[in-house]
Amino acid sequence: MVEDVARADGPGTGTAAVDGGGGRASGEAVVAAEVFPFPFPERRRLLEGVRAYGLIMAMWVRSTMAYRASFAMTVFGDFAVTAFDFVTILLMFSHVDALGGYSLPEIALLYGLSATAFGLCDLLLGSMDRVGRRVRDGTMDTLLVRPVPVLAQVAADRFALRRVGRITQGLLVLGYALVTLDIAWTPLKVLMLPTMVVSGAAIFGAVFVAGAAFQFVAQDASEVQNSFTYGGTTLLQYPPTIFAKDLVRGVTFVVPLAFVSWLPALYVLGREYPVGLPQWVAFLPPLVAAGCWGLAGLAWRTGLRSYRSTGS
Amino acid sequence: MSERETDVADTAGEAGGMGEAGVMGEADTGGETGVAEVGAAGEPGSADVARGVTRRAQGGPLGAGVDEGGFITLDGVEKVFQVRRRTGLLRSERREVRAVDGISFRVARGEVVGYIGPNGAGKSTTIKMLTGILTPSGGRLRVAGIDPSRERTRLAHRIGVVFGQRTTLWWDLPLRDSYRLMHRMYRIPDRRYRENLDRCVELLDLGELLEVPVRQLSLGQRMRGDIAAALLHDPEVLYLDEPTIGLDVVSKVKVRQFLKDLNAERGTTVLLTTHDLTDIEQLCSRVMVIDHGRLMYDGSLAGLHEVGESERMLVVDLERELPPIRLESEGADGRPPVRVVKVEGPRQWLAFPAAASAAPLVARIAAGYPLVDLSVREPDIEAVIARMYESAP
Repeated sequence: MVEDVARADGPGTGTAAVDGGGGRASGEAVVAAEVFPFPFPERRRLLEGVRAYGLIMAMWVRSTMAYRASFAMTVFGDFAVTAFDFVTILLMFSHVDALGGYSLPEIALLYGLSATAFGLCDLLLGSMDRVGRRVRDGTMDTLLVRPVPVLAQVAADRFALRRVGRITQGLLVLGYALVTLDIAWTPLKVLMLPTMVVSGAAIFGAVFVAGAAFQFVAQDASEVQNSFTYGGTTLLQYPPTIFAKDLVRGVTFVVPLAFVSWLPALYVLGREYPVGLPQWVAFLPPLVAAGCWGLAGLAWRTGLRSYRSTGS
Repeated sequence: MSERETDVADTAGEAGGMGEAGVMGEADTGGETGVAEVGAAGEPGSADVARGVTRRAQGGPLGAGVDEGGFITLDGVEKVFQVRRRTGLLRSERREVRAVDGISFRVARGEVVGYIGPNGAGKSTTIKMLTGILTPSGGRLRVAGIDPSRERTRLAHRIGVVFGQRTTLWWDLPLRDSYRLMHRMYRIPDRRYRENLDRCVELLDLGELLEVPVRQLSLGQRMRGDIAAALLHDPEVLYLDEPTIGLDVVSKVKVRQFLKDLNAERGTTVLLTTHDLTDIEQLCSRVMVIDHGRLMYDGSLAGLHEVGESERMLVVDLERELPPIRLESEGADGRPPVRVVKVEGPRQWLAFPAAASAAPLVARIAAGYPLVDLSVREPDIEAVIARMYESAP
């Protein structure tokens, strides 16, 4: 019998390997096959989550496409609304030559990096603030009876493709900055740009997840989270020199948003950080992002557990 | 990636010898993979085989066995909520609410059980604990040998849940798309998915509706769609929370018939909560009544009427306005067989014990009074329970 099952899993081990869990998966499949109506190997939660996210995301994209005209308009709307942020900066520079000691292209770099990173995160996790509503109206229950991680389901909930408008806008400004800036590019600095965007998105993402976790306790807390995410990205679009030092310290050490763009970007620009820090902190964003996700994951588990023990 | 996934699921299914003869091909694979339980009930012989298989599985490292004689087992299960109420600006008062207060029961594989009780009695809380949504505060709970709250996602493959008032279907997409998502999410082998879908489509009359966006479906159509969605992965247990709420008569009949067939053919264990007595009468071999978090009654429906001393109502239309109907007692207890509850012109409402037959009563009334028309009303389950609760110590 075990042989049979192992054979059944034979072709399956291929995918399991793709999923990164080869040997382990086939071992569990033997057990699973005895228990379940049909054999399927147990997979790693992370990959299972990513797969579920993809499935649900595809459903939302198709849902959106049921209203094509509305979709086109909202994409344009998102693009236009976020573009106004940069128009504001352009208007400022029509009156001054520098803001906090930074030129327009330099600010454009800060802006572009933070807007792209946030846009990426907003696209992928932007609807997590609906957790509170789901807890309140009880639809959270329908997610808990499915065989995939709840975090993935919540993250993909109401996936809105229109948010690519925000990313597009960020990338345009970033492109403008890179073309106009006069930087002595080194391979390291070039490598730092994509790393910054990805780790920046991850840091924002961790804030989204932690905020969502908090909504299990306080269902109307989504505004608190928004002040860190939407508020944070606006903050990062300006150079740190124009803010009070305490605020800068806050976003460096408490909610480490400074690692999204300020610290690494100032290294690329060859500038000093207002709060005295060694230069190597510019390379920390990936580590900071990982740390944030660790904490956010913990918060999420705590939040979910409190929901499951108190209920609605 | 996605295509490859489907391929593998298919291959795995076939390599396991699935989807051969029979409705689902359990006969083939049962002995090897433990599938037999899904469809084996109805024939005592194969049910035994199934049990044998499960027993064997129990010895395995993850143990998926059946607790002594029960597929669903609850032992003194409790759920206590801490409710915090603000009494002042900063002060708050903590209060314990025992939503489920020490419930024990066993449900065997293949049983259809009605779980009833007034609103707030603890029905939904119990269902939520059985599905792993909520963690019990005390007691022991097992479904198919699994502790639901600890292995929620593992259990999810083996149970189907229908929340009567919350759809899991995708509002803007055709019904078929929601089913495809289930197919992928539960990793249902292709052939089995097609068979299950075809079966549900046929029996629940969904053929015309598959390509219709869910938002355009009527409530009854959507409920049928939801039930199908919960069954595509061959769950061994199906939990239904108010499955017929808000449905018209035709839809109710369809849903009930489907559930009856499902239980008869697949041996699916069904646990349903409802306020509709007819659901219970037509589906459930067993009723559990819960009130204030305690199990008040566990047994057959007929027994419930006895315990609850429920009454049926005979509504008679006479030719003209007459004084309340009086019938002489025949029984040994000396009580009159009917009790006039209300008189409204020529129409009179007569209550009589639910266990008594209406025919002799009608005959006696027709003999003594100018009878024009009549109807019999079944007892209201809520009233039965309410009376039961009143009479409880």
